[in-house]
Amino acid sequence: MDTSARFETTQYLTFSLDDEIFAVEIAKVREVLDLIQITRVPRMPEFMRGVINLRGAVVPITDMRLKFGMPMAKDTVHTCIIVLETEIDGDPVIIGALADSVREVLELKAEDIEPPPRMGTHLKTEFIKGMGKQNDSFIIILDIDRIFSTEDMTFFQSVNEPSEDEAEADLAA
Amino acid sequence: MTQDQGLEKGRSVFLEEAAELLSDLEDSLLELEESPDDKELVGSVFRAMHTIKGSGAMFGFDDVSSFTHEVETIFDKVREGVIPVSRDLIDLTLSARDQIRAMLEESQGGEPADADMACDIVERLRALLPGEQASCVQEASGDMSGDSGSVESGNMESEEVTYRIRFRPARNIFSTGSQPVLLLDELRELGPCQIIAQTQDIPALDEIDPELCYIYWDIVLTTDKGLNAIKDVFIFVEDDSEILIEAVDNPAEAGREDSGHKKIGEILTERGDVCPDDVEKALGKQKRIGEILVEEKAVSPGQVKSALAEQEHVKKICEKRRSRHAVSSIRVASPKLDQLVNLVGELVTVQARLSQMAVTRNDSQLTLIAEEVERLTSELRDNTMSIRMLPIGTTFCKFRRLVRDLSQSLNKDIVMTTEGAETELDKTVIEKLNDPLVHLIRNAIDHGIESPDVREAAGKPRQGTVHLSAQHSGASVYIRISDDGAGIDPDVIRAKAVEKGLISSDTMLTDKDAFGILFAPGFSTAKKVTDVSGRGVGMDVVRTNIESLRGTIDIESELGKGTTVTLKLPLTLAIIEGLLARIGEERYVLPLSSVEECIELTREDASSDHGRRLVNVRGEIVPYISVREQFAVPGEPPPIEQIVITEVDGHRIGVVVDEVIGEHQTVIKSMGRLYKDLKEISGATILGDGTVALIIDLANLAHSAAAQEMRIN
Repeated sequence: MDTSARFETTQYLTFSLDDEIFAVEIAKVREVLDLIQITRVPRMPEFMRGVINLRGAVVPITDMRLKFGMPMAKDTVHTCIIVLETEIDGDPVIIGALADSVREVLELKAEDIEPPPRMGTHLKTEFIKGMGKQNDSFIIILDIDRIFSTEDMTFFQSVNEPSEDEAEADLAA
Repeated sequence: MTQDQGLEKGRSVFLEEAAELLSDLEDSLLELEESPDDKELVGSVFRAMHTIKGSGAMFGFDDVSSFTHEVETIFDKVREGVIPVSRDLIDLTLSARDQIRAMLEESQGGEPADADMACDIVERLRALLPGEQASCVQEASGDMSGDSGSVESGNMESEEVTYRIRFRPARNIFSTGSQPVLLLDELRELGPCQIIAQTQDIPALDEIDPELCYIYWDIVLTTDKGLNAIKDVFIFVEDDSEILIEAVDNPAEAGREDSGHKKIGEILTERGDVCPDDVEKALGKQKRIGEILVEEKAVSPGQVKSALAEQEHVKKICEKRRSRHAVSSIRVASPKLDQLVNLVGELVTVQARLSQMAVTRNDSQLTLIAEEVERLTSELRDNTMSIRMLPIGTTFCKFRRLVRDLSQSLNKDIVMTTEGAETELDKTVIEKLNDPLVHLIRNAIDHGIESPDVREAAGKPRQGTVHLSAQHSGASVYIRISDDGAGIDPDVIRAKAVEKGLISSDTMLTDKDAFGILFAPGFSTAKKVTDVSGRGVGMDVVRTNIESLRGTIDIESELGKGTTVTLKLPLTLAIIEGLLARIGEERYVLPLSSVEECIELTREDASSDHGRRLVNVRGEIVPYISVREQFAVPGEPPPIEQIVITEVDGHRIGVVVDEVIGEHQTVIKSMGRLYKDLKEISGATILGDGTVALIIDLANLAHSAAAQEMRIN
């Protein structure tokens, strides 16, 4: 995992949550949908908002605010679903991520991206791939595959005991 | 180049065909073992070998061809009755079959087949040949040219023709020492045969000369042996007797006049028993033609009976031939079928939207179209689903070999019986069922059934039985694997569970709970690990497999009597009939097959229960579960709720919802792996308005509600 390999994609989709700006690799984004009715799935943690019908397929939706420990927000006309393609244990999975609004597609050069800070954000650092710089403001580039990794999603046990230790170990390695 | 491609294609067709022939061959051999006198089975073994040999040589599988030739030679002798069908022969032929398969797999890049093994089999087969020296010489294809004769003989016997025979023996036939009954018996051996004795010539009792034959016979015979074979039967009596033989139903002609079977009048006319005018006259009346003709004294009742029998016989043969045609099928790649089912699923969803639209628009014309589409869709759905349904018998057949081989290697005497092999199940379910069933059968043979001596000492027959049965029940299929072996001792399981730390030593367990522990990961009671089973990875995998099919598994066992494992499986995994219900703002689907009735639950009823979740349904006390509570649905319940009474695992359980909306064609969508631990929801479906509704797994909902109650108490 050298730096050039990690940042070979230079196009990012940016979106906002609360007053922060996040970005995901455009290659991981399948499409962006307006908010449609989400069917709640019982007995799931709050950040798993439910499922939607995406042209006949049932797609789970996660609320990124709740996932990142931000306060819940009312849905607005800007609220949208970013449909992402990721992998869980090697199997391709389609997941929708609920964001406050989608902003733009942004090109970032590798030198504009800095490694994730060890502290200073309220996000778990293992979720962050790097910090992009644009006009003096920072954009948090997310590591989608990690966010939706198994132990975080099939969570019944892990909801109560976050896997901090593992994350530390991962970073150290 | 194109020739090469053609050859390549031919080879792949041959391989596919050979695989099928080999599996048929296995079935035939196993059946032959049970009924060694069945000439037809010997014939089918021979033909399978012959086809493999012939097409093998054609597509360059010379080794397969020459090896198969050896087996074929033996079976030719068996056909001729020179070699008897013995257990040895079956054993050898089965291993020869495996050898052929290995050779074919080798040619497809599989592991190389064991050539010494082939030699060994050939040598042992040859040893069965009377008066021939055993030697292993791999014969070249030079031998192949010599047997075009047998191809012809194969063709000759294939055509079946129905004949009408009138045999009127000379009055004095008995005096020549002939016995007509024996002749009739000979005819019966030629094929399916109907014989009607014509007794109208028998005089009154005081005029009878007991040494004369007054009876004549009408015979309808279907045979593939040809006219000469029939003539041969009558060879010694033909000079004195009146013998008429006519073909009545020749399949070669059947193509021309596709009238099915002949009318009785036509038959009688043809026979010259009645003139066409009489028939015409009779037809003018509204009675059954046979009765009329008898009344008119045109024919005797016996003649009519005989004609009726012929009609019946020809009808049967025709039907048989037709059904043989019907069985002829086309091969479709299963992904195409899956695609079709997916499309039908989409169509059902769109149709639901259309119907919803029609209702909201309140447009009578649109409603008309929507209803038509609904009817067609549901027909299309049923048809498509039925294409995917396969009889489970195909799987059962495979297990016969397994049972045979395993019981031999364990020195046990075990017979497998089956029941309900025609029960149909979804293709996917059958495919996924194979491994669990293999495991359960192995368990039954290895752990369940005792060795013959032990059985005898216990006062049981030496031969053990493994019984496989399949049976429909509503939208489920029950598959049972029973053995009459030693049974499972619940105390042994308890002790073992304590030893393995699965339960504490003071845990009270019912026998049923104890059997449940068998499914715990890593549990095995077998004292020693054998090749066959006992590694303890088995039963939990079986359960996982069955549950992935939305099925359940249950064990019943009586010590010393035997064990029965029952699998309950859904008929299909793709589309079910559902009952749509609303709770608060949310909508859920209940599988309609489990729903018995819906009743009301008023607030007073609920409160008068003092918190006990029981409702009185016409005198029967039924526990109920509130979905609102279980799934933490936001909002207040309405004053009158609905209880959907369902049957789950043989118990009635009420499921409380706010409102029952109605039936819903439910196309089951997988929820994906993120929700795989959510057992109470078995899947999702898309409603007419495009939103998603979740399908409740009633059995698991009941379990988790019960477990919750246990915790509270």
